Amino acid sequence: MVLIGVAIVIIGFIVRLNPLLVVTVAGLVTGLVAKQPLYDIIEQFGKAFTTNRYMAIFIATLPVIGLLERYGLREQAESVVAKIKAATAGRIINVYFIIREVAAVFGLTSIGGHAQMVRPLVAPMAEGAAEAKYGKDIPDDVRQKIRAHSAAADNIGVFFGEDVFIAIGAILLMKGFFDQNNIPSDPLQMAMWAIPTAIAALIVHSIRLNMLDRSLDRRLGKPKSNSVGKGE
Amino acid sequence: MFISIEAVYVFLGLITLLGSLYTFRDQKNPRRLTSGIFYFLYGISLLLGSVIPPFIMGLLVIVMVIIVGAGGLKVGSYGEASGEERQQNRKRLGNWLFLPALLIPIITILGTTGMKDVKIGELFILDQKNITLVSLALATLISLIVGVVMTKSRPMVPVKESRRLLEAIGWAAVLPQMLATLGTIFTSAGVGKVVSDVVSTIIPTHSLFWVVFAYCVGMALFTMIMGNAFAAFPVMTAGIAVPLLIGQFGVDANHLAAIGMFAGYCGTLMTPMAANFNIVPAALLDLKDKNHVIRVQVPTALILLGFNIALLYFISL
Repeated sequence: MVLIGVAIVIIGFIVRLNPLLVVTVAGLVTGLVAKQPLYDIIEQFGKAFTTNRYMAIFIATLPVIGLLERYGLREQAESVVAKIKAATAGRIINVYFIIREVAAVFGLTSIGGHAQMVRPLVAPMAEGAAEAKYGKDIPDDVRQKIRAHSAAADNIGVFFGEDVFIAIGAILLMKGFFDQNNIPSDPLQMAMWAIPTAIAALIVHSIRLNMLDRSLDRRLGKPKSNSVGKGE
Repeated sequence: MFISIEAVYVFLGLITLLGSLYTFRDQKNPRRLTSGIFYFLYGISLLLGSVIPPFIMGLLVIVMVIIVGAGGLKVGSYGEASGEERQQNRKRLGNWLFLPALLIPIITILGTTGMKDVKIGELFILDQKNITLVSLALATLISLIVGVVMTKSRPMVPVKESRRLLEAIGWAAVLPQMLATLGTIFTSAGVGKVVSDVVSTIIPTHSLFWVVFAYCVGMALFTMIMGNAFAAFPVMTAGIAVPLLIGQFGVDANHLAAIGMFAGYCGTLMTPMAANFNIVPAALLDLKDKNHVIRVQVPTALILLGFNIALLYFISL
């Protein structure tokens, strides 16, 4: 019966109801099915909402990023990249991806982020590289794809890098779990065994970003000077 | 300590509250009253979260959800700088524009690595438990001051600009916190136990490969349901890995922990439940399809999930 909450979430996402509403209803229903009093459920909403305020930290970056955007940060990022001949959307994102993952391996997980790096710098630079190569009028869906790839590189880089660092939350959580169950474990060993997957992630995703460039080439043609005879 | 995590929440709350005042006055927003209330309450929840009793806070959150559900949250107008204005300002400042943007990661890292253990007298300067968050907030504050001085803006300009960005994100800003709530309720209702029971009844327990497969795929699937690999790990590991992989096949705990957690991360990449990684960035980047980031991540996630299954199987043989 308690799985009804899971079902509500899945169905809600499939029929594309507002996710916030779906999640709230799923929470209420699951609580009620598990025979918790309504007062307690609402209290849980309040308590969890408060303890998870750290998830709103991206708001801290908004004033300065917004201010800089007003003064042309995105345009500047685009124009700087446009001057670099070898720059392509895929390569820009790939450089960021590699920096992000390697930094995470050394515990520097705070070097990137969607609000502070991807929106103001990485995505505009990748778009700028594409504009320099294919001309200013690249289709909107291509722009969207480049942005989505910029965000994805941030996630994949940090996820598969950080577990190689011993003092990260995941390693501590696993150590704690095994301790509770009286199973011997060693944080250094866990971090070591995270290395193969970290390398695989680096290779797999770099190849995909390389393929992104090739798919843009196929879609938008090679140099922008070729766009003369456009008659239909 | 001098700067605690509560101070950071006060900062976040003030930005949001001040922004909401502009929303109330925004004549071009067809739902300015309800939109204003939404951001006002959100600001209050950040600012006074540790003071308001949980039940009242819960009601407040539900009011916010009702506003969103009833279509009461709309974007307004922001008096954005025109393309021409931006170009002119850009010519004046040029590459100096990058300075405040780059100060954010640089100061954050200096704060997390260099300011650790730094005390004045008996007190730590930065909140030791939340050093990254506090450093990030401090970094944004310093770079904001640099930015305001550099651009010679009036102090309310950043507040208006942050309102523009926050309203572009809209309800997605609140979603991560709600999903965390759902996770808590799922846990207290025993969803995890049921899921691991189901998974462990349908696998052939005599085959190492299928147990490895079930553990990794189970980690990914349950992470997709909960939105968080940390929630899936204890459930799946206690349900499948400890009795079968460790107990029956003698697999090394360190191997399966590292690889199992990564299998969970593959799930994180594929689910809207991991809202702060997948949905908030989509909103932040003005993507039309809120699931676009997930779509881009799925191929990498599936390849790496396959890799993890193979890796765990071969080193366990």
